[in-house]
Amino acid sequence: LHCLIHFIKRRMGKNKNKGSPRNYSLASGVARFSRASMFHKKAVYKFLKKKAPAKKTEKKAVFVEKKIGGAKNGGTRMVRVRKLPNDYPTAVKTAKRPNRSCQKSHPPKLRSSITPGVVAIVLAGVHKGKHVLVLKQLASGLLLITGPMSLNGCPLRRINQRFIIATKTKVDVSSVKVPENINDAYFARVKAENVKKDGVFADNKKQKYTPSDERKKDQGEVDKQVLAAISKNPEGAMLKKYLASVFRLQKGQFPHQMVF
Amino acid sequence: MPFKKFVEIGRVAYIADGPCQGKIAAIVNVIDQNKVLIDGPTSGVSRQAYPLKQMHLTNLSVKFPFNASTKVVRKELEANKVDEKWADSAWCQRIKAKAVRKSMTDFDRFKLRKAKSQRNRIVTIALNGKKKALRKAGKI
Repeated sequence: LHCLIHFIKRRMGKNKNKGSPRNYSLASGVARFSRASMFHKKAVYKFLKKKAPAKKTEKKAVFVEKKIGGAKNGGTRMVRVRKLPNDYPTAVKTAKRPNRSCQKSHPPKLRSSITPGVVAIVLAGVHKGKHVLVLKQLASGLLLITGPMSLNGCPLRRINQRFIIATKTKVDVSSVKVPENINDAYFARVKAENVKKDGVFADNKKQKYTPSDERKKDQGEVDKQVLAAISKNPEGAMLKKYLASVFRLQKGQFPHQMVF
Repeated sequence: MPFKKFVEIGRVAYIADGPCQGKIAAIVNVIDQNKVLIDGPTSGVSRQAYPLKQMHLTNLSVKFPFNASTKVVRKELEANKVDEKWADSAWCQRIKAKAVRKSMTDFDRFKLRKAKSQRNRIVTIALNGKKKALRKAGKI
């Protein structure tokens, strides 16, 4: 048996290429074996899958025979199934830019520091400097805030997260249920109609805003719950004074060095 | 004005900068003009070379031979109660107070303001009462 093995090994030749790949590239940059040689060496034919027979597609008719009626009655004519386009544009149509309405798919991301019940400092608008309570984020992405009204005169209002600084002070407002009707449509501005009356545009002076009875009612309802939530907080009394106060920067205070 | 705190073997220094910021360590040996070998086994500073520029010398010092092992340094620091003396020092307490002040939230600052004004009101009322009494007595 030993002789037989020795004989076979001798016939096969010494593997001078031990350790390196079989099909290494030669000094000239060309591979040692051609694609065809490798096909046979690796016995790729053993692993090739059988080709699936080509599906026979029904050839669609281009012309269709139609009868000629009317003036030139009798006989038939060939009519195209799909008519040729009537207009060949001379310039390439620029592709329409995709609509940037990703906001429709989800409300904008909120800063992690802003959560329901957080006390925030308003930075712009009529109520700038006031400490207000953030209630929730509306569908449009704007925040619903309330003073509460009795503490600082800020009503139920929408505000963009960019115009507030969220402090680290939080009130547990899980017990506060904001009515379902208080949404973006509730706060949407009512456009005054510019109607032409007797050929002249109506003298639409800027109407001074007066809160509707509905708004007053909703304000009272929500604030009652919010004030109850604040009172439950162990620092409730101080928090009420805090919400009634206004934020200002003193000498030596720099916002980038402060913790809010 | 003569120098009072020296870079010497056993001098306790407060590390003001670098990876070990905020901790104290003892000087074990001097490497060159700018670097020293420090070790703070009781304060969590491993034995290492440290630039003198990033350290501030304290008025505390202990005695051990140069290049003493960490075991010896630890024994000396504990025997001299360096950690307690450092914690009691005004310097350490000032550092802690600064850190608290920096981490105050806006609500904390508001409460502090209110507390200060309340205290000042009490002081002013008491002071004015005393002034009034003295004025009445013709002493002012």
